[in-house]
Amino acid sequence: MARMKFLCDADRCIECNACVTACKNEHEVPWGINRRRVVTINDGKPGERSVSMACMHCTDAPCAAVCPVNCFYTTADGVVLHSKDLCIGCGYCFYACPFGAPQYPKVGNFGSRGKMDKCTYCAGGPETDGSKEEYEKYGANRLAEGKLPLCAEMCSTKSLLAGDGEIIAQIYKERVMKRGYGSGAWGWKTAYRETIES
Amino acid sequence: MASFGRFIRLGVGAWALLLLVIVAPASSGAQQVNPTASSVKEQQLLQELNRIQGRVSIPDQRSGVLEQPQGREWREFRNVTLRWIGGVAIVGMLAVLVIFYLTRGMVRLESGRSGRTIVRFNMFERFVHWMSATCFIILAISGLNITFGRPLLLPLIGFEAFSEWSQWAKYAHNYLSFPFTIGVVLIFLVWLGNNIPSKLDVEWIKRGGGLIGHDHPPARRFNAGQKGIYWIVVIGGGLVAATGYVLMFPFYTTGIEGMQMAQIVHSIVAVLFVAAMLAHIYIGTIGMEGAFEAMGSGEVDVNWAREHHSLWLDEETSRTGQPRRAASAAE
Repeated sequence: MARMKFLCDADRCIECNACVTACKNEHEVPWGINRRRVVTINDGKPGERSVSMACMHCTDAPCAAVCPVNCFYTTADGVVLHSKDLCIGCGYCFYACPFGAPQYPKVGNFGSRGKMDKCTYCAGGPETDGSKEEYEKYGANRLAEGKLPLCAEMCSTKSLLAGDGEIIAQIYKERVMKRGYGSGAWGWKTAYRETIES
Repeated sequence: MASFGRFIRLGVGAWALLLLVIVAPASSGAQQVNPTASSVKEQQLLQELNRIQGRVSIPDQRSGVLEQPQGREWREFRNVTLRWIGGVAIVGMLAVLVIFYLTRGMVRLESGRSGRTIVRFNMFERFVHWMSATCFIILAISGLNITFGRPLLLPLIGFEAFSEWSQWAKYAHNYLSFPFTIGVVLIFLVWLGNNIPSKLDVEWIKRGGGLIGHDHPPARRFNAGQKGIYWIVVIGGGLVAATGYVLMFPFYTTGIEGMQMAQIVHSIVAVLFVAAMLAHIYIGTIGMEGAFEAMGSGEVDVNWAREHHSLWLDEETSRTGQPRRAASAAE
């Protein structure tokens, strides 16, 4: 079975926000929630760098470990998903997440928060694949259709890679070898406890 | 002349060749240039600040935090450290109370009941106490559920039922925090005057109070043990309330690290608070004869007051005259 991962080749990210827009549109993500975002470090200064970030679907995911109601599960593809039926909106996953992925539709509403929402790796939720209920709660299930996450598919510079961890790591290594430089796979050490040597 | 011309041409050619040799490595190096060589590196940023932050063009500016690995330490606290602290404090306190009850039993009224009573807590004081107490019990159970529910209760009742119960428990926890906070503030104001530590308390502690020791050291309205409970409620309650509101209103006062810290303080203080309140409930009910009436009917037996709060009884009787007779108290 594949172990699905995201890899942002930060040397190619041009902060076009196509991934952000693709995600919002594909899943009809509610207003105020961004499952993916592009962060620009040192914006407008020498040394500027942009990185596209969403849920990294961590190995031994912290969100799943701290959830008081155990609403998270990891699919056979290594994708970390959660059940909005079980979620009580306590906010614990959001304290534990290193990437700021979990978000709530009602932040600040006397702590009621609402059901947590995060990137699903375009893999829906516990409902039947492709069902209306699944779409309403989690968005499209592209993985069940044999397609990869739309953010990576629509990346204008192919900076964002999605797919089996070993394959995308190989693609990244080849790029680094050809062009002679690479800033590493951002977030991999935190998410997967491994880096790609280049 | 022809040889001179040849010499010039040779010289220029040699010069050109030399230039080519010097420039060539430089131009082949230009193909290998790293356009982002000066850009920030992930590991370097993490080592400097343990978090990576930047600018985002979406309205949610909080999402500008790219990476914050310290959630890992918080996870360790929440899943391991806290469960140990809470488990030892609460189970330990229960064990101590059970052993204490089995060895010492209920602390009896040595002189028996006089049949005469004296008002110890008025209606308003009892209302404040019971409002805070009711909220506290629900807050404690719903709070402990967040820490201990997943390993202890979830396997027994299943995902759906546990989630449903936890959802209601969370609402109760959030909304009852308001009357609880009001209760703590009122407790602070109503009984502050009686809870200032004094020399009497040192003497009381030396003699082990009425519970551990077997005599009855003099005390005014509250003895050192009760003053301890008062300050635990005021300080502990203040801390859980303040940190709880930080968690209830995310990003109003602090970011994620602040909320992690708030959760750590909130949960440690809360489990110790629960342990202290278990002792308080024990003494107020099965631990001591005649004690519950103080918060129940509000009136205690005069002999109880004489044994446990002799100086307070003297003050009260000199202020209001003789304590009421049982017949008039029963009306």
